[in-house]
Formats: sequence, structure tokens, C-alpha cells
Amino acid sequence: MNKPWFAVRKELSSRRRTFLAVMSFVLPLLVWSLFSYVPFIWHPQVEIIEAGEVDYFRTGMLVDRAIFEQEKETMRAEGRELPTGTRTNPVYLPAPHQVATALYTAFTTEPQRRNEKWLHESLADSIQVIFWGFFLSSLIGVPLGILAGTYVAVSRLTEPFVEFFRYLPAPAFGALAVAILGIHDAPKIAIIFIGTFFQQVLVVANTTRKLDPALLEAAMTLGARNAGLLFKVVIPGIASDLYRDMRILLGWAWTYLIVAEMIGASSGITWFITQQARYKNFDNVFAAILIIGIIGLTTDLILAWLGRRLFPWQRTARA
Amino acid sequence: MTHLALPSYRDQSPEVADRFARLKERPVILEVKGLTKTFDTSQGSVTALKDISFRTHQREFVCVIGPSGCGKSTLVRTLAGLEDYNSGEVLLDGKPVHGPGPDRGMVFQGYTLFPWRTVKKNVMFGLELAGRSRTAAEEEALQWIDLVGLTKFANSYPHQLSGGMKQRVAIARALANQPRILLMDEPFGALDAQTRAKMQGYLLEIWKNIDITIVFITHDLDEAIFLADRILVLKAHPGEVQELIEVPVPQPRSPSQFLSPEFLATKRRLEELIHPPGAETEEGINGDRLNMVRMVPVNAKVESVF
Ligand SMILES: Nc1ncnc2c1ncn2[C@@H]1O[C@H](COP(=O)(O)OP(=O)(O)OP(=O)(O)O)[C@@H](O)[C@H]1O
Ligand SMILES: [Mg+2]
Repeated sequence: MNKPWFAVRKELSSRRRTFLAVMSFVLPLLVWSLFSYVPFIWHPQVEIIEAGEVDYFRTGMLVDRAIFEQEKETMRAEGRELPTGTRTNPVYLPAPHQVATALYTAFTTEPQRRNEKWLHESLADSIQVIFWGFFLSSLIGVPLGILAGTYVAVSRLTEPFVEFFRYLPAPAFGALAVAILGIHDAPKIAIIFIGTFFQQVLVVANTTRKLDPALLEAAMTLGARNAGLLFKVVIPGIASDLYRDMRILLGWAWTYLIVAEMIGASSGITWFITQQARYKNFDNVFAAILIIGIIGLTTDLILAWLGRRLFPWQRTARA
Repeated sequence: MTHLALPSYRDQSPEVADRFARLKERPVILEVKGLTKTFDTSQGSVTALKDISFRTHQREFVCVIGPSGCGKSTLVRTLAGLEDYNSGEVLLDGKPVHGPGPDRGMVFQGYTLFPWRTVKKNVMFGLELAGRSRTAAEEEALQWIDLVGLTKFANSYPHQLSGGMKQRVAIARALANQPRILLMDEPFGALDAQTRAKMQGYLLEIWKNIDITIVFITHDLDEAIFLADRILVLKAHPGEVQELIEVPVPQPRSPSQFLSPEFLATKRRLEELIHPPGAETEEGINGDRLNMVRMVPVNAKVESVF
């Protein structure tokens, strides 16, 4: 019953695991709430309620606390009407409830300008770019990686160059991609492709090389050769590890999204975020960031669940 | 220990002698002639096998035994076609073999079942490659699984099986291809003594009931004598044939023979060959004793183990 919480590499009961998983979200939220709702923690600014006779104060304005106190002193000394205000955080740290509201209103508010997009439209754009970039990259990268991991000749022919190319930062190709592919989605997809592809080839090749050679030998004594080995042993043998690699690589593809959406005609969720930040709607900015996180986490959970169904023979499918 | 009571391992009862005479008249399945193999490593080349020659006849059970590192694994791997060799010949049914093939089945010491396939699918592997239809392959596989007594586990994955069960599946998988010869490299090496004894029983039972010739590597003397018709004794550095012993223990074998005079005589001979007196000092190990200092404090509660 009283098992220790900290035991090296020992499983916890499922109740404890759920508890800890919930806490991993609750704790950061708690810290955020502390900073937002407890007035004497941080709150470096003052929101003006009554301007008093300070001529440049306006109701609702945010000023640094030091300036507020100074002006208050000046007014007191001159015997004029004192300003009043409450301590508050800077505009770039909205409180949880504001972000929660924004999460809802972001979807329901109409764009401020005619040519701008709704949040869900921006999101759909982004997801499309990620999908095509990642899909095209995998379409070539996965087979190439498997071949490189299986045949030394393919490995020697491709990997030195891939190794070189992966050090070239994908964003550096932004201008080039726009020049070649125009300003719409194509260059963005290209950036995601460049950012993912070269890593993907190396990761997949390494995963392929990790397959236990004893399985290949066993298969050969059972009559398997070239194509048989590749399709009946190598590919099914690495499938579950490959799947895990793809989950990780998909995460990387998302990080390239930010750069990809900055080039050419800006669009997508990144554009939405930049735009909202420009209007100082930081609650919307947070909401959009949260939405990306939620989409990412949900996809990953679904993929993990799917993985357990696809690979029932994997005892350690839990990740 | 008195050796006086034991016969020579060469003494064979008339029945046993007759059996060996008949055995040698059977067709030769595997013939190895002057097989030599060296590994080239960064520290120079190592001769793992030197001029190995022997033949096995149909349905014979040969054990290969020898000190660790004498090249037993290298020998079976070469026979299986997983290693190439420098000179000599390996003939299967009189034809030279190159590279691995389904005519030589192999069971490895480590577990090599395909973890993504169920027991049934593992056994079907070779049959699928041989181009059997799905239903035919499945039907055949189930027969082999039944032969090793794992029908209940046909749809289990390898990670759900015990070590002994995994090796039984590996045997079934190799046999399903109906190979001419079954090569086994210390297949029971990782099992506990009890499971191991059971597995030896199963293997003999299988061997009796199907047309299969077996080359079985082991470093366990009892296992070799219990299983083998003949024992090929190798010596190390370089790996050479030391002697091919005809086991005088009558067939069929049963565990009650472990203490029979023939068994003990054979075992004594093997011990002489594998652990010759004075061998340790030759290798420079000091009288086989550890260099220990007493590390028990004087006031320890249990001051001596005696
Ligand atoms: N791939 C290799 N490269 C270089 N040397 C090797 C290689 N494989 C085996 N050897 C050497 O060949 C010799 C025989 O090795 P092998 O594994 O066949 O011995 P073994 O009789 O099976 O030993 P054990 O009883 O410990 O399994 C050893 O000296 C070993 O160092
Ligand atoms: Mg070995």
C-alpha cells in the first residue's frame, strides 16, 4: 500500500499516474493564477481608476507603480485631487480567466479587417501546410531512410550529403522558396519539408540499423532473401519504432510552421498571433498559443492510442 | 573416486555396435571437408576453425562440444551459411552450399522469434516464403505447433511466452521448412536446469518422430551424452577436431541412464579432453585460485562460515 513515490524505474499505480498527469497541468496553472490574482505578488503596474488632477492620466490607463506613487506625492504636496488605481500586471500577462474567455471569443469574434481571416480559418490553413509538408517529406524520407539503414551502398551515397544539408537552417531558404514557388502555400510547405526531410532520413536510417541482426539471420536461415528480408523482416520489425519517430518528427514540423508562415503572404495561426499582438490583444495571443498546444497534444495522444492498437506486440508501447 | 569400475568409453555392447554400423551405412547428409576459417580483426587474424572434417548421416544426432571460444558457434554459423569460410568444403547431400537457405534450419541461443508475429505467424514465416497459400501454410504451421505442444499459445505473441516455450516455437519454425538438417547453437543455454531437462526430452521425442538430422552445439557434457549418437569434440586456438566419440549409451535414451557405466565412462573421457590436467596453468591462471584477502571484521557476529 505505502509504496514509495520515487523508486528508480518502477511503475506507479494507475491512480498515482493519473494524479501526477493532472498535476503537471495544475501546477503551472497554479503559478499563473498566483501571479494573476494575488495583488501583492508581482503586479508592477497600476491601472488608473480616477485620474485625479494628474493631467496625463486617463481612466483605465496602465502606469508603472513608481510613476504612480511619484505623481500621487506631487498631487498630495500641491494639495490637489489624488489619483486612485489598483495594482495590476502588464498587458502581456493576462489572467487565466481572460485567456479562457478569449479561447471562446477568439472563435466568435469577426476579424477586424475584411481581408483578415477568422481564427478557425487561420488554423485550418496552418494544419494544411503542416500536413502537406510532413506528408511529402515522409513520402520520400521514410523509404530513403529505410533503404539507407538496410543497404550500406544507399547509406554511403545519401547520408554524407544529408548530414551536411541538415545543418543548413531551413528558414534560410525562405526567400529562395518564395522566388521559386510564389507567395502562397507552396513555399511554406517547402520550408516544412526542408526542416523535416533531412532529419527524417537520418532518424529513420538509424532506427532501421537498430533492428536486431539476429532476426535477419534467423529469417535468412528460413529462406528469406533481398526483397523478402526487406518487406517481411526489416519493415515490420522497425514499424513500431518508426511510428514513434514520426510522432517526434511531427512535433518538429510544428516548430518550423512559425518560420514557414512568416514568409511570402503571411497566413495561418502565426499570422493571427502576430496580428493580435499588434492590437495588444494578448489574451487572444495566449489563446492561440494554447490552441496550438492543445492540437499538438491531442494529435499525439490519438497517435499514441492508435500505436497501441497497431502494435499490440509491443509491451512497452506506453510513451 | 575410483575409476576402476568404469569400462572404456570405446566399449560398445553388441546392440550399440550394430546400431553404429547401420548408422554409418545411411546416406551422408552433411559432409565437411577441411573447413578453415579465419577472422581478420584490427588486432590481426584469428583462426577460428582449422581443417575441420566430419560427416553426418541421415537422422543422426551429432553434438559438438568444446571449451568456450573454440569456434563452435562459428562452425554452425558457417554450416548455416551465415559466415563464409576461407577454404574447405561444406556439402549438403553431396552438393556444395553457399549462403543461408531453408534447407538448413537453425535455432539460435538467443531468442530470435519475430516479436511482431504471433506464434502461428512465426511458424508460417518460412512456409509463406516458400509460396504456400495462406490456408495451407496455416494448417501446416498448426501441425508443427501441435508437435511442440503449444497449440494453446498459437495466437500469443513471443513476449507472452517463457524462455522454454520460445525455443520450442523456434524449433517448430525451423522444422516447418522441412530442412535436411537442423543446426542448433546452445538452444537451451539460457534455460534453467529443470526446463532444460524437459526440453531435451521434447527434442529427442521430436527427433524420433520425424526425418531430421541434428547438429547440436552445447558446452554441457551431460546434455551432449544424453542427446547425441556421436559427439564431435573441438579444441581451442585454433578450433580443430580433437575426437569424434561414438556414445556407447544405448538408444532410446532416458534420464535413468545418467548414472549408467557407459554414460560415466563417456563423461570421464570428455572431461579429459576438454579440461586436460594442467590446462589452467598453461593459460597462466594461477592454480585456479582467487587472490582473496579476509574482509570480515574481527567483531563480526558471524565470524566464520563453518
Ligand atoms: N565476428 C568475429 N570477429 C572476430 N573474431 C571472432 C568473431 N566471431 C568469433 N570470433 C573468434 O572466433 C573464436 C571462436 O568463437 P566462437 O563464438 O565460435 O566460439 P564458441 O565456441 O561458440 O564459444 P562459446 O562457447 O563461448 O559460445 C573466438 O576466438 C572468437 O574470438
Ligand atoms: Mg557460441
